[in-house]
Amino acid sequence: MSETVLDISQVSKRFGATLANDTISLSLERGEIIALLGENGAGKTTLMSMLFGHYTPDSGHISVMGRVLPPGRPKAAIRAGIGMVHQHFSLAPNLSVLENVMTGTESLWRPWSDRAKGRARLMEISARFGLKVSPDARLGDLSVGEQQRVEILKALYNDAKILVLDEPTAVLTNVEAEHMFGNLKDMARQGLSIIFISHKLDEVMATADRIVVLRGGRVVAERRAVETSKAELAGLMVGREVKRPLREPATPGAVVLEAKAVTLREGGVERLKAVDFHLRAGEVLGIIGVSGNGQAALARLTGGLARRSAGEITLFGQPVGDLSVREVVGAGIGRIPEDRNHDGVIGEMAIWENGVLERLPEFTRGGLVDRKAGMEFARRIIEGFDVRGGTPASRIRLLSGGNMQKLILGRNLIEHPKILIAAQPARGLDEGAVAAVHERILAARRAGTAVLLISEDLDEVMALADRIQAITGGRLSPPVRPEGINARQLGLMMAGEWGAAEHAV
Amino acid sequence: MSDILDILASAGLWAAVLRIATPLIFATLGALLCERAGVLNLGIEGIMTFGAMIGWFAVWNGADLWTGLFVAALSGMVFGALHAALTVTLGLSQHVSGLGVTLFASSFSYYLFRLLVPVEGTPPKIIPFQPLHIPVLSDLPFLGQAVFTQTAPTWLAIVLALALAFTLFRTPLGLAIRMTGENPHAAESQGINPMVIRYGAVIAGSALMAMGGAFLTLSAFDSFIPTMVQGRGWICIALVVFASWRPGRALAGALLFAFFDAFQLRLQTVMGGALPYQLFLMVPFVLSILALAVMARRARVPQALMQPYRRGER
Amino acid sequence: MRFERREHIPPALAVLTPLIAVAISLALAGGLIALAGAPVLTAFGKIITGAFGSKLAVTETLARTAPLILTGLAAAVAFRARLWNIGAEGQLYLGAIAVAAASAHLFGGLPGVVQIPLLFVTGALAGMVLLLIPLWLRLRFQVDEVVTTLLLNFVALLFVSMLIDTVLKDPLAFGWPQSVPVASQAELPKIIPRSRLHIGLLVAVVLAFVVHFIQSRTAFGLQSRAAGLNPSGAAFAGVPLGRTLLLVAMLSGGLAGLAGAVEVMGITSYVTTELSPGYGYSGIVVAMLAGLNPLGVVLAALFTAVMFVGADAMSRSLAVPSYIADVTVALSLLTMLVAIFFTQYRIRR
Repeated sequence: MSETVLDISQVSKRFGATLANDTISLSLERGEIIALLGENGAGKTTLMSMLFGHYTPDSGHISVMGRVLPPGRPKAAIRAGIGMVHQHFSLAPNLSVLENVMTGTESLWRPWSDRAKGRARLMEISARFGLKVSPDARLGDLSVGEQQRVEILKALYNDAKILVLDEPTAVLTNVEAEHMFGNLKDMARQGLSIIFISHKLDEVMATADRIVVLRGGRVVAERRAVETSKAELAGLMVGREVKRPLREPATPGAVVLEAKAVTLREGGVERLKAVDFHLRAGEVLGIIGVSGNGQAALARLTGGLARRSAGEITLFGQPVGDLSVREVVGAGIGRIPEDRNHDGVIGEMAIWENGVLERLPEFTRGGLVDRKAGMEFARRIIEGFDVRGGTPASRIRLLSGGNMQKLILGRNLIEHPKILIAAQPARGLDEGAVAAVHERILAARRAGTAVLLISEDLDEVMALADRIQAITGGRLSPPVRPEGINARQLGLMMAGEWGAAEHAV
Repeated sequence: MSDILDILASAGLWAAVLRIATPLIFATLGALLCERAGVLNLGIEGIMTFGAMIGWFAVWNGADLWTGLFVAALSGMVFGALHAALTVTLGLSQHVSGLGVTLFASSFSYYLFRLLVPVEGTPPKIIPFQPLHIPVLSDLPFLGQAVFTQTAPTWLAIVLALALAFTLFRTPLGLAIRMTGENPHAAESQGINPMVIRYGAVIAGSALMAMGGAFLTLSAFDSFIPTMVQGRGWICIALVVFASWRPGRALAGALLFAFFDAFQLRLQTVMGGALPYQLFLMVPFVLSILALAVMARRARVPQALMQPYRRGER
Repeated sequence: MRFERREHIPPALAVLTPLIAVAISLALAGGLIALAGAPVLTAFGKIITGAFGSKLAVTETLARTAPLILTGLAAAVAFRARLWNIGAEGQLYLGAIAVAAASAHLFGGLPGVVQIPLLFVTGALAGMVLLLIPLWLRLRFQVDEVVTTLLLNFVALLFVSMLIDTVLKDPLAFGWPQSVPVASQAELPKIIPRSRLHIGLLVAVVLAFVVHFIQSRTAFGLQSRAAGLNPSGAAFAGVPLGRTLLLVAMLSGGLAGLAGAVEVMGITSYVTTELSPGYGYSGIVVAMLAGLNPLGVVLAALFTAVMFVGADAMSRSLAVPSYIADVTVALSLLTMLVAIFFTQYRIRR
């Protein structure tokens, strides 16, 4: 039975000063599911990109079914039977499902496209693997889960024998994810070989036959799923004791922010549907949920970037209208945006300019910017928050993600805000930076700041939040306490099953 | 009122509509092809100018008319390659590069024209394309005069619109072009080289633009006058949006615009100076702006339009 | 071969970039001059003497520099905020005709000290108004302002042509389509008597410094730069995007309108449809050559003016069409774009 379909041998890849992959070897059997486990920056995606021909390895080689794959040629990888499902889908929303699947599958010089044949083939594959899809739907009208199905179908349509999935559950609800893993096991039984990239221990243990752990660009361990445990894997993945800061008990103060039946409608879509929540001084309220369920709308609303369509908001006990960003910042509300590079900073501007931009009125005298005071402000942040890799005058683009996030945290926390809206504050950071960010948030909580933590990372919310609410389809569940609830129940809440939250607090 | 009806009932109006529409059809199709692959080509105005000049010059120098049209198309390809080098290989701002190409192509065509053609009192002329007599059809009453008195390039333009529609929506190549304009990363992950597709689309599209320009000097008129393109290129850019990036609608849009243009020309003579002629000349430009305002939100823009593609960069 | 973004741009390279770009465009132009069968070095020599060879030549060159500085500034401030105002040509014409109309029918009796500033404001306002239309279309309907400003250039020129044919026609011009002249006290004082060099040049240079100050020191300057570099990041930081763009548009349109005012009041005293040899479009090149730096605009405008004036003189004595100036300026835009690219990226393998 054991037949090696893929053999990665001694592959290395260097980007500038970092060795992203260091002599990695890996083999995959027919009908096997391998999980590639590792933290962000462990080199998983680089390895898979080389497998798919997006990057050329500096040394080593990859062979499929015993034949060496020419490096750096996606077309050759497809022909050899490798199908890739990217984390960010490689699909075109304006084209139909069939068009998305058929792109590049026929010779470009064919005088016309044989759609009937393509459609029949798509339907046949769809039936064989139980991946239901309607070929003429416009892709952009499909749900995220359906779009992922199209990605998988696209690979299968290309006769993929080896399927590579990059963090396939990052964008799915628990229910969708379970369904998808069910499909994957089915496919493996029918002879496909599968590699999926993940950093979630639960899904790795539940789905994979074999688990390869990557750390710092090297394979540090290989285990059969039946012979290992989550604890062992966690240790291997991180390589040291995971020490996330502990939240000490505290007595929350007065309610500083309260929303009653707040609805947000944008372009005819109800992003938030009559949500209720309140936030007390000195506590962390965690909002969990799968991305795309209204988190962004909630962050924009509380951050002064959107106007509510209905409902009431009280700030420090007073009802308020729609506040602008400047009013929000002026009222002592700090904001950490979900997308650092897109919203949090202006890459081509100096660190000091990024520091003062959201509180520009404070640094303006008679229309002129007080450059000296701005530089001083930036210097205080850099020192106080241990921002490395830049001076106040250097462009912020040159900072690493973790240092950029420290700067954003710093420009908010240095003025001791009364409220902090933190959207995915640790996303994409390495373990050290995550701990630093969490430590800062807890320090702010100790100092009496009320924190609204919007996050998809259950561990993060469990570690930091005093109360937790789930957001699903624009609705907020009643709050629960983390002590009395486990990850499975939280998962159910995120899927819209609020039974666990019956004993609301 | 009866004046207006008279205009509408005259075969000359409808013949003029097709004639005025032809350069717009060529150039709009060209711009559309570029944009479907994700490249805005503001070189259009200059490429049309150069095509008008070089096509005319070739014929004036002894080449036959079709060769003139072909030479114009070749020149368009050269400028298209230049625009592609700037925007596809280097990934520079498509706006600024396009304007640069327009400024260069138009000034270069004036320079060459002055250099190659001796200055005379009246600009030298060629014998342009003559109306194509189609048996039976051209002899029909009214229709024969109104529709079937066009020169061959007009029919070519209409055929090209259909051919482009077929290519984009019915062939693997067309799908590859559209995918490149929507999501070049997806195209690449399916084994298509987005760079090659973009180069090809911009070069072919620019050839069409130059042919549109050449129609002005080889069919609509018989000599080259600097500034004769008169903003037609910009109108074509607006027409692409108006047409929602569909060749069939681009054809219809060009005809609609030409209708307004032909109609205002006749209205001018009928009104006999009651209104300044400049007001009539503004019509196509104002219409273009209105069309943009109405269609901009509704139109489904190719998602990767104006986004440079670099491998491995997202 | 692939391109890799440079972490740091060497300062020397940033300064050298426009010089390299200009040198390459001149070399290419040399090829075209050779194509015309003229001796290349002699031709360049004649361009230089044509632009600087006599007192008259110098004043002519500087007089041409003034509107180019203004349209260059108009493009530079707009582009920096990623507002693609390609409509400076139309705004220039509208500013010019507004000045002629206002001087003839409104302020004609006022003394120069009062009238000249009033007319400057009038011209600037007219330019602003024309840019507000595409700005509104962009903010309201997301219409690309590049196309609308381009289209409006034609509308504006036809509008001016209509006015000088009808209500603003000069009755003393023997039927030529030209506008009524500005009042004599509104004519700009000359810097050098009996030349065409007027104080418009000083106005333009001072404005370059003013714009530089606004961009580098004021809150508005910082916000407009932020809005241009990353609109969503700027919005997150509370920069009022609409208002900032409105101010940028007013500044940009105003500068272009002022270019028209200065031309009418300083050079022609009346408006024809040949008032501008494409100053609006050349302004784009000037801005790009200057790297959008307001002070650099002054130098880039001077280069452009030298090319135009010098090429005119050169073509009179050699059989090289004067369009060589337009070609060189257009080429310098393209070479500048490429040169800027190579300051930001380097080639790998």
